[in-house]
Amino acid sequence: MASVERYRIRRPGRAVMAAIEVRQVSKRFGALQALADIDLEVRKGEFFGLLGPNGAGKTTLISILAGLARANTGSVRIMGHDVTLDYRSARRALGVVPQELVFDPFFTVRETLRNQSGYFGLRANDRWIDEVMESLDLTAKADVNMRALSGGMKRRVLVAQALVHKPPVIVLDEPTAGVDVELRQGLWQFVKRLNSDGHTIVLTTHYLEEAESMCARIAMLKQGRFVALDSTANLLRRLPSMHLRLRLRSGQWPAALEAVDAGGARVVKLRSYGEVESVLTVLREARCEIEEMDLQQPDLEDVFMEIMRSK
Amino acid sequence: MTGFPTLLYKEVLRFRKVAFQTVAAPVLTALLYLLIFGHVMDRHVRVYEAVSYTTFLVPGLVMMSVLQNSFANSSSSLIQSKMTGNVVFVLLPPISYLEFFSAYVLAAAIRGLVVGAGVLLVTTPFVALPARELHWIVLFALAGSVILGALGLIAAILADKIDQVQAFQNFLIMPLTFLSGVFYSVHSLPAFWQGLSHYNPVFYMIDGFRRGFFGISDVDPRMGFAVVTGCFIAVSAVALMLLKRGYKLRY
Ligand SMILES: Nc1ncnc2c1ncn2[C@@H]1O[C@H](COP(=O)(O)OP(=O)(O)OP(=O)(O)O)[C@@H](O)[C@H]1O
Ligand SMILES: [Mg+2]
Repeated sequence: MASVERYRIRRPGRAVMAAIEVRQVSKRFGALQALADIDLEVRKGEFFGLLGPNGAGKTTLISILAGLARANTGSVRIMGHDVTLDYRSARRALGVVPQELVFDPFFTVRETLRNQSGYFGLRANDRWIDEVMESLDLTAKADVNMRALSGGMKRRVLVAQALVHKPPVIVLDEPTAGVDVELRQGLWQFVKRLNSDGHTIVLTTHYLEEAESMCARIAMLKQGRFVALDSTANLLRRLPSMHLRLRLRSGQWPAALEAVDAGGARVVKLRSYGEVESVLTVLREARCEIEEMDLQQPDLEDVFMEIMRSK
Repeated sequence: MTGFPTLLYKEVLRFRKVAFQTVAAPVLTALLYLLIFGHVMDRHVRVYEAVSYTTFLVPGLVMMSVLQNSFANSSSSLIQSKMTGNVVFVLLPPISYLEFFSAYVLAAAIRGLVVGAGVLLVTTPFVALPARELHWIVLFALAGSVILGALGLIAAILADKIDQVQAFQNFLIMPLTFLSGVFYSVHSLPAFWQGLSHYNPVFYMIDGFRRGFFGISDVDPRMGFAVVTGCFIAVSAVALMLLKRGYKLRY
């Protein structure tokens, strides 16, 4: 321990230390390359999204951050602490909400949280535990056995467990899977508050509209590699096209106007608002009467699909 | 020592919450052994002069309960956590492998010793046990319980399924215990089996423990304790090595 402490003190403080720093991390499971040369820096206070299809390697990467899994190559630092060399400090700085809905059926909610807190050396932490339970609407269930909770309630306890030691960096692995709308919104509000209080947040989710509205920066993983890593705004700008959806009441769709069928309606790709005018002109000249029309901006889901398709 | 006190507390709380299964049931089992074996054999077998068979039997049963329950505690706790996935709760915090080992093993020893004390207590109406060399009672009980606690930890680390822990218990721990002289003195065995018994570490635990009560034993208790200590060091080294590497815990 002593040598690690000294090592930490001697390190010159860099201008801006990253909350999470992943360097050249690879992970193999037998023949499967789950992660390949991952480099990532998440700044302090960021709200960061980690997206990717099933099996892309999101949970594996999170497990490496948490020390649950070990990288075959590369290194990871949490708040400047190496997750293997200085695992105590690294783990103290990190709160993880696991993807799997795990719980210990021997204990009540309060016991679960007290134990978790104690594992971090915090044995007189009831004020904060009560506050976390209150924020997550768990107070009424404090003395209920974990076994007797619904799935959504168990999920809230998992979130609470990740927060007992007030970690500066919080990683949530699909926290809203199987969670109802109300809890989802409550949970996001809570996470947003943590973020505005200065906590760094990393989340994975398959609900892309959630990621779009919450995350300032997003990384997309596919088969263990990053295929995109950019601000959400820049990612959304990647798809230049807007979609103009039209349904005709009468008339024949002019062949000159390129469009795809979408359930009886036609969708025309546009590059700018100006093109709306010309589309309407072509339709008027072909004596088409419009029944329905709307203009859709590309959303993160479109961008995601496009990136996953092309790379 | 960050997480150790809480991990120990949690492990003890876990078996306390189901004390009916984890303490009362094994005490009852030991009592049944005593009533049946004691009743059937008391008039036919006499191992040591001046000690009735039933009296001879009690320390063996106590030690057997200590050992089996120590093993059961650490092994079932860890394998259940592994199977349900809640082992992540103790893998995420800054708990060192040494703390992890100490907490599981100590909690296992506490369970074993509580059950052992229970067995001793319920048998008092039936036998009047002397305690000639109290220190051997304490030393062998402690050593036996921590060794089996550590073995339980190893079994749970290596196992991928609950059945495999049970197999470890049924095919290793049980035979070693039954063939260690719980129900007899190894001196009553044919020479070959007597020789073989001396390779069974559990034999030394039972023999040394019994020595504390009657002041008589098959082998010198100092020799026995040396063997038992050696076992503890070996078993702990294996468990610590597995934990340090994160074998089957951190992938
Ligand atoms: N312990 C393991 N042993 C073997 N293969 C594994 C293990 N853990 C993960 N994998 C494999 O590694 C790949 C990445 O898995 P991972 O769980 O990281 O994906 P994910 O992006 O989290 O997916 P999901 O969105 O479904 O949660 C998958 O092909 C998975 O089968
Ligand atoms: Mg996952």
